[in-house]
Amino acid sequence: MPAYRPPVIPASEITPRSVYLRRREFMGLMAGAGLALGVGDARAEAPATVPLKTVPGSYKVGEPLTSRDDVTTYNNYYEFGTDKADPSRHSGDFKPRPWTITVDGLVGKPQTFDVDKLIADLPVEERIYRMRCVEAWSMVIPWDGIPLKALLDKVEPQGSAKFVAFETVVRPKEMPGQSGYLQPMPWPYVEGLRLDEAMHPLTILAVGLYGETLPNQNGAPIRLVVPWKYGFKGIKSIVRISLVEKQPPNSWNSLQANEYGFYANVNPGVDHPRWSQATERRIGASGFFGSGRRPTLMFNGYADEVASLYAGMDIRANY
Amino acid sequence: MAMARSPFVDRLTGWGIYVIGFVPAAASFWLGATGGLGADPVRAFEQTLGLWALRFLILTLAITPLRQLAGVNLLRFRRALGLLAFWYAAMHFTVYLTLDRGLIWSTIIPDIARRPFITLGFAALVLLVPLALTSNRLSIRHLGKNWRLLHRLVYVAVSLAGVHYLLATKVLDLTQVVHIGLVVLLLGYRLVRSLIPRPERRAA
Repeated sequence: MPAYRPPVIPASEITPRSVYLRRREFMGLMAGAGLALGVGDARAEAPATVPLKTVPGSYKVGEPLTSRDDVTTYNNYYEFGTDKADPSRHSGDFKPRPWTITVDGLVGKPQTFDVDKLIADLPVEERIYRMRCVEAWSMVIPWDGIPLKALLDKVEPQGSAKFVAFETVVRPKEMPGQSGYLQPMPWPYVEGLRLDEAMHPLTILAVGLYGETLPNQNGAPIRLVVPWKYGFKGIKSIVRISLVEKQPPNSWNSLQANEYGFYANVNPGVDHPRWSQATERRIGASGFFGSGRRPTLMFNGYADEVASLYAGMDIRANY
Repeated sequence: MAMARSPFVDRLTGWGIYVIGFVPAAASFWLGATGGLGADPVRAFEQTLGLWALRFLILTLAITPLRQLAGVNLLRFRRALGLLAFWYAAMHFTVYLTLDRGLIWSTIIPDIARRPFITLGFAALVLLVPLALTSNRLSIRHLGKNWRLLHRLVYVAVSLAGVHYLLATKVLDLTQVVHIGLVVLLLGYRLVRSLIPRPERRAA
């Protein structure tokens, strides 16, 4: 069981909305809940996404894409709730624009960027990547993004910078998972990469998917995508990127270090303590009656590109 | 059981509880087969079955306190509730083996053997088997006092099922808190009651 400490929240901060959103969970238990599945859902419609101008990217996957519907309704984004459907249902109040992202720390030119200006300044590439969740399911997603390296080059990292730390926004009023009694983890959500991982051409800051700006539930307006690592490394709605000397904390590792490492490279040979990572289920691949289970690939199939980053490192110990 | 009821009504309510009891499974299956369970229907169906197995175990355990504390006698439903718990656990396991793990035994067997999360769930199901097999009049008559002893295994089974459920997710959520809370409450009730000396009661 995860070591869980609920944060102390004053009663004044518990909004009627969050109380309202919880009522169904109680009802689900008490009433004939089998019939209550998916009935009468108060859904806050997320603001529409807008088309992005993109250039074709150099990375593709020869596997069918996961449908946009599945990519945008099956999400782990605990700021909006822990159920897979919560982010699409409860992110309607989130305002991803205007948005700035601060890049600071051990850099020559610390700067704050407007996300829409970044999108206008840098070419947005389509990148079709496999996405492997640590929970042993996977998707194939057409992201639209800019290489993280392009952004980091603008701020001129110093020689002493060894790691990159990332931080998600904290907005309890817009993110129902960040208020109330049962919060799954401390906020803000934080993540980190080694500098060479951050500069790797596969690593992108995604600003869209399926050719349109990111929906709120997928981490609007800007999120990290590192396709050879488990999905939880892909921190969403980023407000700050800092270049640092020492390995920064990452949320899941802080919560449960024996289950979630800093590196979190997809590795079928290193199991999660509670489940095997040898296989995965491709979402939407075979509907209800086929299991859709397939073998998990080393580095999620990106071994040729990234294995050299870890030459000489014990990837079993540094999971 | 003071009130006399007609055997016909008894049989009707007896079958009725099975019919109602299988509604969540049937509804979830139908939703899954028609694309109504979202992006990962297998996981949703599997979890629904597991959750209802636990719910029926909880209901089974609630019968005695309800009678003792509230004077509500639902004893006649207990066998059906217990058997429903077993059938849901069996369906949950079947879906795990087939729809989820695709009958790939080379990964299933090591998982059952080595992963506490899976092992505990499996053990809970195994413990329910003898209880389901002896949930009939003949067994009660044959086993006598041992029947009650045997059926105390349900306390172990529900504990294992509760821990299995706790281990199933990355973080604790409200649904888990409510269900595990009820299990703790119902088991705690029995523990407390066994510790408190009761005044002698006259035979009814």
